[in-house]
Amino acid sequence: MAGDEHLPARPEDSEVADDGAPLGRRALLGVVGLGALGLLFGPRLQDRLASSFRPVADLLPSGGRFRIYSVVGHLPRRSQAEWELRVDGLVDRPFTLTFDQLTAMTPTSLTRDFQCVTGWRVDDVAWRGVKVRDLLERAGVQPGAAALRFFSFDGAYTESLTLDQARRDDVLVVYSMEGSDVSRAHGGPVRLLVAPMYGYKSLKWLDRIEVTSEVVPGYWERRGYDVDAWVGGSNGRDDEPTV
Amino acid sequence: MTTNPPSEAPFTLPAGDVERFAPVERAVHWWTAALVGMCAATAVALSVAPVASLVGRRALVRDVHVVSGLLIPLPLIVGIAGRWRAPLRQALRDLDRFDRVDRRWLRSLGRDRYAEPGKFHPGQKLNAAIVAGALVLVYATGLVLRWFEPFPIDVRRGATFVHDWVAFLLAIDLLAHIGKAFADPEALRAMRTGRASRRWAAVTHPRWRPPG
Repeated sequence: MAGDEHLPARPEDSEVADDGAPLGRRALLGVVGLGALGLLFGPRLQDRLASSFRPVADLLPSGGRFRIYSVVGHLPRRSQAEWELRVDGLVDRPFTLTFDQLTAMTPTSLTRDFQCVTGWRVDDVAWRGVKVRDLLERAGVQPGAAALRFFSFDGAYTESLTLDQARRDDVLVVYSMEGSDVSRAHGGPVRLLVAPMYGYKSLKWLDRIEVTSEVVPGYWERRGYDVDAWVGGSNGRDDEPTV
Repeated sequence: MTTNPPSEAPFTLPAGDVERFAPVERAVHWWTAALVGMCAATAVALSVAPVASLVGRRALVRDVHVVSGLLIPLPLIVGIAGRWRAPLRQALRDLDRFDRVDRRWLRSLGRDRYAEPGKFHPGQKLNAAIVAGALVLVYATGLVLRWFEPFPIDVRRGATFVHDWVAFLLAIDLLAHIGKAFADPEALRAMRTGRASRRWAAVTHPRWRPPG
Protein backbone atom coordinates (compact mmCIF):
# COMPACT_ATOMS: atom_id res chain seq x y z
CA MET A 1 0.00 0.00 0.00
CA ALA A 2 3.04 2.27 0.30
CA GLY A 3 2.78 5.30 -1.94
CA ASP A 4 -0.95 5.01 -2.35
CA GLU A 5 -2.26 8.54 -1.94
CA HIS A 6 -5.87 7.57 -1.66
CA LEU A 7 -7.73 6.91 1.55
CA PRO A 8 -8.49 4.52 3.08
CA ALA A 9 -4.85 3.81 3.84
CA ARG A 10 -5.20 0.59 5.81
CA PRO A 11 -6.39 -2.74 4.49
CA GLU A 12 -9.13 -3.15 7.08
CA ASP A 13 -10.76 0.07 5.93
CA SER A 14 -11.27 -1.20 2.44
CA GLU A 15 -13.32 -4.16 3.58
CA VAL A 16 -17.03 -3.78 3.40
CA ALA A 17 -18.14 -2.08 6.63
CA ASP A 18 -18.84 -4.82 9.15
CA ASP A 19 -21.90 -4.97 11.36
CA GLY A 20 -19.93 -3.60 14.27
CA ALA A 21 -19.63 -4.61 17.88
CA PRO A 22 -22.36 -3.53 20.31
CA LEU A 23 -20.00 -1.40 22.39
CA GLY A 24 -22.59 1.28 23.05
CA ARG A 25 -24.72 -0.89 25.31
CA ARG A 26 -21.59 -2.11 27.10
CA ALA A 27 -20.53 1.47 27.78
CA LEU A 28 -24.05 2.20 29.07
CA LEU A 29 -23.94 -0.80 31.40
CA GLY A 30 -20.44 0.20 32.48
CA VAL A 31 -21.68 3.63 33.52
CA VAL A 32 -24.58 2.07 35.43
CA GLY A 33 -22.11 -0.30 37.13
CA LEU A 34 -19.91 2.60 38.15
CA GLY A 35 -22.98 4.28 39.58
CA ALA A 36 -23.80 1.17 41.61
CA LEU A 37 -20.27 1.22 43.05
CA GLY A 38 -20.78 4.90 43.83
CA LEU A 39 -23.99 4.04 45.64
CA LEU A 40 -22.14 1.53 47.82
CA PHE A 41 -18.94 3.46 48.50
CA GLY A 42 -19.86 7.06 47.65
CA PRO A 43 -20.92 8.27 51.09
CA ARG A 44 -17.57 7.16 52.52
CA LEU A 45 -15.82 9.07 49.75
CA GLN A 46 -17.96 12.13 50.30
CA ASP A 47 -16.12 13.38 53.38
CA ARG A 48 -12.74 13.00 51.75
CA LEU A 49 -14.03 14.69 48.59
CA ALA A 50 -15.46 17.52 50.66
CA SER A 51 -12.10 18.24 52.28
CA SER A 52 -10.02 17.98 49.12
CA PHE A 53 -12.43 20.13 47.12
CA ARG A 54 -12.85 22.71 49.88
CA PRO A 55 -11.53 25.64 47.78
CA VAL A 56 -14.26 25.15 45.18
CA ALA A 57 -16.76 23.44 47.46
CA ASP A 58 -19.49 26.00 46.77
CA LEU A 59 -19.56 24.96 43.13
CA LEU A 60 -19.83 21.23 43.80
CA PRO A 61 -22.73 19.05 44.91
CA SER A 62 -23.20 18.81 48.68
CA GLY A 63 -20.43 21.31 49.27
CA GLY A 64 -20.21 24.68 50.86
CA ARG A 65 -22.13 26.00 53.78
CA PHE A 66 -25.75 26.94 54.19
CA ARG A 67 -28.22 26.38 51.43
CA ILE A 68 -31.01 28.91 51.56
CA TYR A 69 -34.52 27.48 51.46
CA SER A 70 -37.73 29.47 51.31
CA VAL A 71 -41.18 27.96 51.10
CA VAL A 72 -42.78 31.02 49.53
CA GLY A 73 -41.87 32.78 46.30
CA HIS A 74 -39.73 35.45 47.87
CA LEU A 75 -37.54 36.13 50.86
CA PRO A 76 -39.71 37.87 53.46
CA ARG A 77 -38.43 41.29 54.54
CA ARG A 78 -38.95 42.98 57.89
CA SER A 79 -36.59 45.44 59.51
CA GLN A 80 -35.63 45.26 63.17
CA ALA A 81 -37.69 48.40 63.78
CA GLU A 82 -40.81 46.91 62.17
CA TRP A 83 -40.38 43.52 63.77
CA GLU A 84 -42.48 42.34 66.73
CA LEU A 85 -42.91 38.99 68.45
CA ARG A 86 -46.34 37.98 69.73
CA VAL A 87 -46.56 35.30 72.44
CA ASP A 88 -50.12 34.14 73.05
CA GLY A 89 -52.43 31.11 73.24
CA LEU A 90 -52.83 29.20 76.51
CA VAL A 91 -50.92 31.74 78.63
CA ASP A 92 -51.87 34.00 81.53
CA ARG A 93 -50.19 37.14 80.17
CA PRO A 94 -50.02 37.31 76.36
CA PHE A 95 -47.50 39.95 75.28
CA THR A 96 -45.77 41.54 72.32
CA LEU A 97 -42.01 42.23 72.22
CA THR A 98 -40.08 44.68 70.09
CA PHE A 99 -36.61 43.85 68.81
CA ASP A 100 -35.00 46.09 71.45
CA GLN A 101 -37.05 44.50 74.23
CA LEU A 102 -35.98 41.05 73.04
CA THR A 103 -32.27 41.92 72.99
CA ALA A 104 -32.60 43.46 76.45
CA MET A 105 -33.51 40.04 77.90
CA THR A 106 -30.89 37.68 79.34
CA PRO A 107 -28.86 36.47 76.34
CA THR A 108 -27.67 32.93 75.70
CA SER A 109 -24.79 32.14 73.35
CA LEU A 110 -24.47 28.76 71.74
CA THR A 111 -22.15 27.19 69.17
CA ARG A 112 -23.47 24.07 67.48
CA ASP A 113 -23.28 22.27 64.13
CA PHE A 114 -26.29 22.94 61.93
CA GLN A 115 -27.58 19.79 60.20
CA CYS A 116 -30.11 19.80 57.37
CA VAL A 117 -32.35 16.81 56.80
CA THR A 118 -31.28 16.84 53.12
CA GLY A 119 -27.72 16.03 54.14
CA TRP A 120 -25.64 19.18 54.36
CA ARG A 121 -24.09 20.24 57.65
CA VAL A 122 -22.37 23.43 58.72
CA ASP A 123 -19.83 23.03 61.53
CA ASP A 124 -19.69 25.32 64.56
CA VAL A 125 -22.25 28.01 63.92
CA ALA A 126 -22.31 30.68 66.65
CA TRP A 127 -25.81 31.81 67.69
CA ARG A 128 -27.03 34.34 70.25
CA GLY A 129 -30.55 34.81 71.47
CA VAL A 130 -33.07 34.33 74.26
CA LYS A 131 -34.24 30.98 75.63
CA VAL A 132 -37.80 30.12 74.63
CA ARG A 133 -38.17 28.96 78.24
CA ASP A 134 -37.64 32.55 79.45
CA LEU A 135 -40.37 33.82 77.12
CA LEU A 136 -42.72 31.11 78.39
CA GLU A 137 -42.04 32.05 82.00
CA ARG A 138 -42.78 35.66 81.21
CA ALA A 139 -46.12 34.71 79.62
CA GLY A 140 -47.14 32.18 82.27
CA VAL A 141 -48.11 28.84 80.71
CA GLN A 142 -51.60 27.68 81.71
CA PRO A 143 -52.41 24.14 82.83
CA GLY A 144 -53.57 22.09 79.87
CA ALA A 145 -50.91 23.54 77.60
CA ALA A 146 -48.71 20.89 76.01
CA ALA A 147 -47.11 22.33 72.90
CA LEU A 148 -46.00 25.40 70.97
CA ARG A 149 -46.72 26.63 67.48
CA PHE A 150 -44.27 28.93 65.76
CA PHE A 151 -45.33 31.21 62.91
CA SER A 152 -43.24 32.88 60.25
CA PHE A 153 -44.13 36.28 58.78
CA ASP A 154 -43.66 34.74 55.32
CA GLY A 155 -47.28 33.65 55.82
CA ALA A 156 -46.74 29.94 55.16
CA TYR A 157 -43.98 28.45 57.30
CA THR A 158 -45.03 27.04 60.67
CA GLU A 159 -43.34 24.74 63.16
CA SER A 160 -44.14 22.94 66.39
CA LEU A 161 -42.44 21.74 69.57
CA THR A 162 -43.71 20.04 72.70
CA LEU A 163 -43.46 22.13 75.88
CA ASP A 164 -40.66 19.88 77.18
CA GLN A 165 -38.68 20.30 73.97
CA ALA A 166 -39.19 24.05 73.96
CA ARG A 167 -37.90 24.39 77.54
CA ARG A 168 -34.47 22.94 76.67
CA ASP A 169 -31.40 25.14 77.11
CA ASP A 170 -30.52 24.79 73.41
CA VAL A 171 -33.82 26.09 72.04
CA LEU A 172 -33.50 29.82 71.39
CA VAL A 173 -35.18 32.77 69.76
CA VAL A 174 -32.11 34.00 67.89
CA TYR A 175 -31.20 37.55 66.82
CA SER A 176 -27.48 37.11 66.14
CA MET A 177 -25.59 34.58 64.03
CA GLU A 178 -21.83 34.29 63.52
CA GLY A 179 -21.34 37.56 65.38
CA SER A 180 -23.68 39.74 63.34
CA ASP A 181 -27.39 40.30 62.75
CA VAL A 182 -29.32 37.36 61.36
CA SER A 183 -29.55 38.17 57.64
CA ARG A 184 -32.80 38.15 55.72
CA ALA A 185 -31.77 34.97 53.84
CA HIS A 186 -31.06 33.20 57.13
CA GLY A 187 -34.45 34.12 58.57
CA GLY A 188 -33.75 37.55 60.06
CA PRO A 189 -34.27 39.72 61.90
CA VAL A 190 -35.28 36.98 64.35
CA ARG A 191 -35.53 33.23 63.90
CA LEU A 192 -35.90 30.11 65.98
CA LEU A 193 -32.96 27.80 66.72
CA VAL A 194 -33.79 24.24 67.78
CA ALA A 195 -30.15 23.12 68.00
CA PRO A 196 -30.64 19.37 68.63
CA MET A 197 -33.07 18.94 65.71
CA TYR A 198 -32.85 19.07 61.93
CA GLY A 199 -32.76 22.51 60.35
CA TYR A 200 -36.38 22.63 59.25
CA LYS A 201 -37.44 22.85 62.92
CA SER A 202 -35.47 26.11 63.28
CA LEU A 203 -38.20 28.26 61.80
CA LYS A 204 -37.08 31.37 59.96
CA TRP A 205 -38.68 34.87 60.03
CA LEU A 206 -40.33 34.19 63.41
CA ASP A 207 -43.06 36.61 64.52
CA ARG A 208 -45.48 34.63 66.69
CA ILE A 209 -45.40 31.85 69.28
CA GLU A 210 -48.72 30.29 70.26
CA VAL A 211 -49.06 27.95 73.24
CA THR A 212 -51.44 25.11 72.35
CA SER A 213 -53.00 22.05 73.97
CA GLU A 214 -51.48 19.65 71.44
CA VAL A 215 -48.78 19.46 68.78
CA VAL A 216 -49.95 20.87 65.45
CA PRO A 217 -47.61 19.54 62.73
CA GLY A 218 -45.76 22.30 60.86
CA TYR A 219 -45.19 23.04 57.19
CA TRP A 220 -42.59 20.36 56.42
CA GLU A 221 -44.15 17.84 58.81
CA ARG A 222 -47.38 17.96 56.81
CA ARG A 223 -45.17 17.10 53.83
CA GLY A 224 -43.78 13.91 55.32
CA TYR A 225 -40.96 14.96 57.65
CA ASP A 226 -40.85 13.80 61.27
CA VAL A 227 -42.43 15.98 63.98
CA ASP A 228 -39.78 14.98 66.55
CA ALA A 229 -36.78 15.76 64.40
CA TRP A 230 -33.75 14.83 66.57
CA VAL A 231 -30.56 14.94 64.51
CA GLY A 232 -29.43 11.34 64.00
CA GLY A 233 -32.61 9.91 65.50
CA SER A 234 -35.35 10.73 63.00
CA ASN A 235 -36.26 10.96 59.33
CA GLY A 236 -34.41 7.68 58.75
CA ARG A 237 -31.03 9.38 59.04
CA ASP A 238 -27.95 8.52 61.10
CA ASP A 239 -26.15 11.87 61.28
CA GLU A 240 -23.99 12.64 64.28
CA PRO A 241 -26.18 14.44 66.86
CA THR A 242 -25.82 18.22 67.20
CA VAL A 243 -26.26 18.49 70.98
CA MET B 1 -12.86 7.68 -18.05
CA THR B 2 -11.11 7.58 -14.73
CA THR B 3 -10.78 4.36 -12.78
CA ASN B 4 -12.03 5.99 -9.59
CA PRO B 5 -15.74 5.95 -9.02
CA PRO B 6 -17.11 9.51 -9.36
CA SER B 7 -18.19 9.76 -5.76
CA GLU B 8 -14.57 9.50 -4.63
CA ALA B 9 -13.30 12.27 -6.88
CA PRO B 10 -11.29 14.36 -4.42
CA PHE B 11 -12.52 17.92 -4.80
CA THR B 12 -16.09 17.83 -6.03
CA LEU B 13 -18.52 18.09 -3.15
CA PRO B 14 -22.14 17.33 -3.80
CA ALA B 15 -24.82 20.03 -3.67
CA GLY B 16 -28.24 19.99 -2.05
CA ASP B 17 -29.59 18.57 1.21
CA VAL B 18 -29.81 15.14 2.67
CA GLU B 19 -32.22 13.83 5.31
CA ARG B 20 -30.32 13.22 8.53
CA PHE B 21 -33.03 12.86 11.17
CA ALA B 22 -36.59 11.63 10.70
CA PRO B 23 -39.46 13.40 12.50
CA VAL B 24 -39.66 10.66 15.15
CA GLU B 25 -35.96 11.04 15.99
CA ARG B 26 -36.29 14.79 16.32
CA ALA B 27 -39.49 14.54 18.38
CA VAL B 28 -37.85 12.12 20.83
CA HIS B 29 -34.75 14.30 21.04
CA TRP B 30 -36.58 17.55 21.70
CA TRP B 31 -39.20 16.19 24.11
CA THR B 32 -36.46 14.46 26.10
CA ALA B 33 -34.40 17.66 26.01
CA ALA B 34 -37.37 19.67 27.31
CA LEU B 35 -37.93 17.27 30.24
CA VAL B 36 -34.22 17.05 31.12
CA GLY B 37 -34.01 20.84 30.84
CA MET B 38 -36.97 21.22 33.21
CA CYS B 39 -35.26 18.85 35.66
CA ALA B 40 -32.02 20.81 35.43
CA ALA B 41 -33.74 24.16 35.97
CA THR B 42 -35.68 22.94 39.00
CA ALA B 43 -32.54 21.22 40.34
CA VAL B 44 -30.74 24.56 40.26
CA ALA B 45 -33.68 26.20 42.02
CA LEU B 46 -33.51 23.52 44.72
CA SER B 47 -29.78 23.35 45.34
CA VAL B 48 -27.99 26.58 44.37
CA ALA B 49 -28.42 28.89 47.34
CA PRO B 50 -28.81 32.29 45.62
CA VAL B 51 -31.29 30.88 43.10
CA ALA B 52 -33.12 28.92 45.80
CA SER B 53 -33.64 32.09 47.81
CA LEU B 54 -34.80 33.97 44.71
CA VAL B 55 -37.27 31.31 43.57
CA GLY B 56 -38.47 29.89 46.89
CA ARG B 57 -41.64 27.73 46.70
CA ARG B 58 -39.66 24.59 47.55
CA ALA B 59 -42.58 22.17 47.68
CA LEU B 60 -43.85 23.21 44.25
CA VAL B 61 -40.39 23.25 42.66
CA ARG B 62 -39.71 19.79 44.09
CA ASP B 63 -42.96 18.44 42.62
CA VAL B 64 -42.14 19.86 39.18
CA HIS B 65 -38.66 18.30 39.43
CA VAL B 66 -40.08 14.89 40.35
CA VAL B 67 -42.82 14.88 37.69
CA SER B 68 -40.62 16.04 34.82
CA GLY B 69 -37.98 13.52 35.93
CA LEU B 70 -40.48 10.67 35.98
CA LEU B 71 -41.60 11.56 32.44
CA ILE B 72 -38.09 11.49 30.89
CA PRO B 73 -38.37 7.96 29.43
CA LEU B 74 -41.82 8.65 27.96
CA PRO B 75 -40.72 10.20 24.60
CA LEU B 76 -38.41 7.26 23.92
CA ILE B 77 -41.09 4.74 24.86
CA VAL B 78 -43.70 6.41 22.64
CA GLY B 79 -41.15 6.73 19.84
CA ILE B 80 -40.26 3.07 19.94
CA ALA B 81 -43.78 1.74 20.50
CA GLY B 82 -45.54 3.27 17.50
CA ARG B 83 -45.70 2.44 13.79
CA TRP B 84 -43.25 5.33 13.27
CA ARG B 85 -40.48 3.47 15.05
CA ALA B 86 -38.27 2.34 12.14
CA PRO B 87 -35.89 5.36 11.87
CA LEU B 88 -35.55 5.53 15.64
CA ARG B 89 -34.66 1.84 15.94
CA GLN B 90 -32.11 2.31 13.19
CA ALA B 91 -30.60 5.29 15.00
CA LEU B 92 -30.34 3.36 18.28
CA ARG B 93 -28.72 0.51 16.39
CA ASP B 94 -26.26 2.88 14.69
CA LEU B 95 -25.38 4.43 18.04
CA ASP B 96 -24.84 1.04 19.65
CA ARG B 97 -22.62 -0.46 16.95
CA PHE B 98 -18.94 0.40 16.58
CA ASP B 99 -17.53 -1.00 13.33
CA ARG B 100 -13.88 -1.71 12.58
CA VAL B 101 -13.00 1.91 11.86
CA ASP B 102 -14.83 3.19 14.92
CA ARG B 103 -12.96 0.68 17.05
CA ARG B 104 -9.68 1.79 15.51
CA TRP B 105 -10.59 5.36 16.51
CA LEU B 106 -11.31 4.16 20.06
CA ARG B 107 -8.03 2.21 20.28
CA SER B 108 -6.10 5.27 19.14
CA LEU B 109 -7.92 7.24 21.87
CA GLY B 110 -9.29 9.55 19.20
CA ARG B 111 -5.92 10.37 17.66
CA ASP B 112 -6.30 8.35 14.45
CA ARG B 113 -7.44 11.05 12.03
CA TYR B 114 -7.88 8.57 9.22
CA ALA B 115 -10.57 6.71 11.14
CA GLU B 116 -13.37 8.69 9.55
CA PRO B 117 -16.84 8.76 11.06
CA GLY B 118 -19.94 7.22 9.55
CA LYS B 119 -23.41 8.63 10.23
CA PHE B 120 -22.34 9.16 13.85
CA HIS B 121 -18.86 9.96 15.03
CA PRO B 122 -17.59 7.23 17.40
CA GLY B 123 -17.15 9.90 20.06
CA GLN B 124 -20.81 10.83 19.62
CA LYS B 125 -21.76 7.18 20.03
CA LEU B 126 -19.69 6.82 23.16
CA ASN B 127 -21.15 10.00 24.59
CA ALA B 128 -24.70 8.84 23.78
CA ALA B 129 -24.05 5.63 25.73
CA ILE B 130 -22.59 7.53 28.69
CA VAL B 131 -25.49 10.01 28.76
CA ALA B 132 -27.98 7.13 28.58
CA GLY B 133 -26.22 5.38 31.47
CA ALA B 134 -26.18 8.61 33.48
CA LEU B 135 -29.91 9.10 32.88
CA VAL B 136 -30.58 5.55 34.10
CA LEU B 137 -28.60 6.37 37.25
CA VAL B 138 -30.29 9.69 38.07
CA TYR B 139 -33.66 8.08 37.35
CA ALA B 140 -33.10 5.07 39.62
CA THR B 141 -31.55 7.08 42.44
CA GLY B 142 -34.25 9.73 42.05
CA LEU B 143 -36.88 7.04 42.67
CA VAL B 144 -35.03 6.03 45.86
CA LEU B 145 -34.89 9.65 47.04
CA ARG B 146 -38.58 10.25 46.36
CA TRP B 147 -39.91 6.96 47.75
CA PHE B 148 -37.29 6.34 50.41
CA GLU B 149 -39.28 4.48 53.09
CA PRO B 150 -38.41 0.89 52.07
CA PHE B 151 -34.69 1.60 51.71
CA PRO B 152 -32.05 1.32 54.46
CA ILE B 153 -30.15 4.47 55.40
CA ASP B 154 -26.94 3.44 53.64
CA VAL B 155 -28.81 3.02 50.36
CA ARG B 156 -30.48 6.42 50.77
CA ARG B 157 -27.16 8.12 51.46
CA GLY B 158 -25.53 6.32 48.53
CA ALA B 159 -28.44 7.30 46.28
CA THR B 160 -28.11 10.95 47.34
CA PHE B 161 -24.39 10.86 46.55
CA VAL B 162 -24.87 9.23 43.14
CA HIS B 163 -27.86 11.43 42.22
CA ASP B 164 -26.00 14.67 43.03
CA TRP B 165 -22.71 13.79 41.39
CA VAL B 166 -24.09 12.11 38.27
CA ALA B 167 -26.49 15.01 37.72
CA PHE B 168 -23.62 17.47 38.17
CA LEU B 169 -21.39 15.66 35.64
CA LEU B 170 -24.35 15.16 33.29
CA ALA B 171 -25.01 18.91 33.36
CA ILE B 172 -21.40 19.59 32.29
CA ASP B 173 -21.75 17.02 29.49
CA LEU B 174 -25.01 18.55 28.28
CA LEU B 175 -23.60 22.08 28.34
CA ALA B 176 -20.73 20.84 26.17
CA HIS B 177 -23.29 19.13 23.91
CA ILE B 178 -25.18 22.41 23.49
CA GLY B 179 -21.91 24.28 22.93
CA LYS B 180 -20.88 21.87 20.18
CA ALA B 181 -24.29 22.20 18.54
CA PHE B 182 -23.94 25.98 18.34
CA ALA B 183 -20.36 25.62 17.11
CA ASP B 184 -21.61 23.50 14.18
CA PRO B 185 -24.75 25.22 12.80
CA GLU B 186 -25.28 22.53 10.18
CA ALA B 187 -25.44 19.83 12.86
CA LEU B 188 -27.93 21.96 14.77
CA ARG B 189 -30.00 22.50 11.62
CA ALA B 190 -30.08 18.74 11.11
CA MET B 191 -31.65 18.25 14.56
CA ARG B 192 -33.96 21.24 14.08
CA THR B 193 -35.24 20.58 10.56
CA GLY B 194 -34.07 17.05 9.85
CA ARG B 195 -31.97 18.15 6.89
CA ALA B 196 -28.27 18.88 6.43
CA SER B 197 -26.28 19.80 3.36
CA ARG B 198 -24.67 16.97 1.40
CA ARG B 199 -21.51 18.98 1.49
CA TRP B 200 -21.47 19.01 5.31
CA ALA B 201 -22.31 15.31 5.41
CA ALA B 202 -19.44 14.47 3.04
CA VAL B 203 -16.93 16.49 5.06
CA THR B 204 -17.92 15.64 8.65
CA HIS B 205 -19.37 12.16 8.17
CA PRO B 206 -17.46 10.84 5.15
CA ARG B 207 -18.34 7.17 5.63
CA TRP B 208 -22.06 7.89 5.93
CA ARG B 209 -23.92 6.85 2.82
CA PRO B 210 -27.24 8.64 3.15
CA PRO B 211 -30.11 7.31 1.08
CA GLY B 212 -30.72 9.06 -2.24
